[in-house]
Amino acid sequence: MRDALGTVQTVLLLGGTSEIGLAIAEQLARPRAATVVLAGRDSSGMDSAADRLRQAGAGRVETLAFDATDTASHEDTMAEAARRAGADIDVVVVAFGLLGNQELDEAGGDGAVRVATTNYVGAVSAGLAAAHLLKAQGHGALVALSSVAGERVRRANFIYGSSKAGMDGFFQGLADSLAGTGVRVLIVRPGFVRTRMTEGMTEAPMAATAEQVAAATVQGLRSGRSVVWVPAPLRLVFAVFRHLPRPVWRRIPA
Amino acid sequence: MIGRGLGRSYGDAAQNAGGDVAVMTGLDRILDVDVEAATATVEAGVSLDRLMRTLVPMGLWPAVTPGTRQVTVGGAIGSDVHGKNHHRDGTFGSHVRSMELVSPAAGPLTLTPDGTPEEFWATTGGMGLTGLIRQATIDLFRIETGFIRVDSERTADLDTTMSLMAERDSSYRYSVAWIDCLARGGSLGRSIVEFGEHARRQDLPPAKRSADRALRFTPLDSVPAPPWVPSGLLNRWTVAAFNELWYRKAPKRAEGHVVPAASFFHPLDLVAGWNRIYGDRGFLQYQFVLPDGAEATLRRIIEELVAHRCASFLAVLKRFGPSNPAPLSFPRPGWTLALDLPVTFGELAGLLDTMDEQVVAAGGRIYLAKDSRLRPEFLETMYPRLPEWREVRDRLDPEHRMRSDLLRRLPALAGGSSAPSAPSGSSASGEAR
Repeated sequence: MRDALGTVQTVLLLGGTSEIGLAIAEQLARPRAATVVLAGRDSSGMDSAADRLRQAGAGRVETLAFDATDTASHEDTMAEAARRAGADIDVVVVAFGLLGNQELDEAGGDGAVRVATTNYVGAVSAGLAAAHLLKAQGHGALVALSSVAGERVRRANFIYGSSKAGMDGFFQGLADSLAGTGVRVLIVRPGFVRTRMTEGMTEAPMAATAEQVAAATVQGLRSGRSVVWVPAPLRLVFAVFRHLPRPVWRRIPA
Repeated sequence: MIGRGLGRSYGDAAQNAGGDVAVMTGLDRILDVDVEAATATVEAGVSLDRLMRTLVPMGLWPAVTPGTRQVTVGGAIGSDVHGKNHHRDGTFGSHVRSMELVSPAAGPLTLTPDGTPEEFWATTGGMGLTGLIRQATIDLFRIETGFIRVDSERTADLDTTMSLMAERDSSYRYSVAWIDCLARGGSLGRSIVEFGEHARRQDLPPAKRSADRALRFTPLDSVPAPPWVPSGLLNRWTVAAFNELWYRKAPKRAEGHVVPAASFFHPLDLVAGWNRIYGDRGFLQYQFVLPDGAEATLRRIIEELVAHRCASFLAVLKRFGPSNPAPLSFPRPGWTLALDLPVTFGELAGLLDTMDEQVVAAGGRIYLAKDSRLRPEFLETMYPRLPEWREVRDRLDPEHRMRSDLLRRLPALAGGSSAPSAPSGSSASGEAR
């Protein structure tokens, strides 16, 4: 149960090896040695992530098999996560996602569909399942890791961007549907984040670290925000970007 | 399910996310007042406000009243509240002769301190987790007037405050100190210490001595905080100014000042919605008790508050007398300090976490009725009789149907390391226990 100052006792991370997700879990878990349930596909990756979390001050850390694209299993996964947590879940972080390779995926193959299925379909299914669980508890917060890429989809990464646009829109609507239930949704829109996923890519301006995204998320949860941008000025940048003429917008590089 | 009275707990004791909340204020009948025996039998949803308005004209007064009249009798038992006479008269629960509890396992039970001591004392201070309290018979004081005769003294620092209270409170029924928690250096802990007694007829001016006028209890109906009061009015500077004024306006020393009981006991009831001045984020209360001998810890905590410039308005210091037999009752002999802290203060979570450590290290504890953020691993150290309480609760409610957000936040209330909802083989929070 979350206390009056927003400190939490249990966290479920969907996408159990996501660097940003783990940074969020770490910062949420530290003050009260919270229980963390990691749910993901890469079990050895999760084992080392669990060690890292314990060293960082988390209490009990459990790992659980979870596949974002296996949508039929999501309700069961939530029930199992709640059982492993042994208490109500205070925060569910939806952190899984694929970046894909825009050039290759545009050319053909199943890459584009995998990105769309994981980032959008998977998020819809897992988001609903998590919302059902939290609604039954009568309290809790759902954190959705969106991206500025979905704010206005760009030529340079429109497969990933459109999946995040759909996901972001879904969580906005979900948030409204949960008003009055005791469940809150926080949408996090980072810009370029230096992680494994973006390794080797040319860094965009206003790049952030996973820790910065996590700090902004924790702060957003404490103060009851519904959207946070990381870094915060990106909100203004995109307020302008949204209105750029198409011929200009399409030339914006990666 | 959890029972809820007037919702004046500062924390989550009467909240139950995802479950049922039984609003008890519908049970509001005063069933019997025995003037001879000085007892009253009331339904649990009766407020102390209503009770006082009824009893004072009869020359009777509830033995214990907290800082607000807007609490129900059921809530006062569940939180085992105390007042300014704790050093003499103990808690609210110590003046309950019998009560009717509807428990999940055994249904309606009549509990008395002699007949069913375990269940009675587990329910007293039990935070509503043993069942729903339906009604109670409580002891009353006989009073000659609805006024309090107050002696007060302005003290220059903490040592003077504490020695004054220790020296003199045994000669008064009521005593309390209002500490200015923003005063620093040599003025650290400067206070206004108040001692009170129920006024006798002859303490009143002759014109007011008739039974009708002396036994009047007509507190002003609370006026709502006016809408033009800016939300979040309180900050370090306004609180400092308020505290300065409050301190300066008090006479250095005053004796035999006669005031209406309501203004002595319930200053906050005058303004409904006073809490709004703390702004959207609100405030929280932190109240702890330290055993005698831990005065150094008390001083250190006040020093830290001052160092953090953590605006506290109405910090209340009081000496407690002996505890009662209730395993979860808060008061124990020593010093208790209650602080109002605005949530806007950024470092608050960390600061209070370190205060928990100091309170535990000194053998003290925090008050569950006011708590909203205690470090869960400290609960059992602060309340070493928790296992004994859980055993009785498990008899009254084996399936743990009585639940609250407080219980979820502090899982040791549900069960030590083997909460029924936890999967077997995994302790609730690893090495934290």
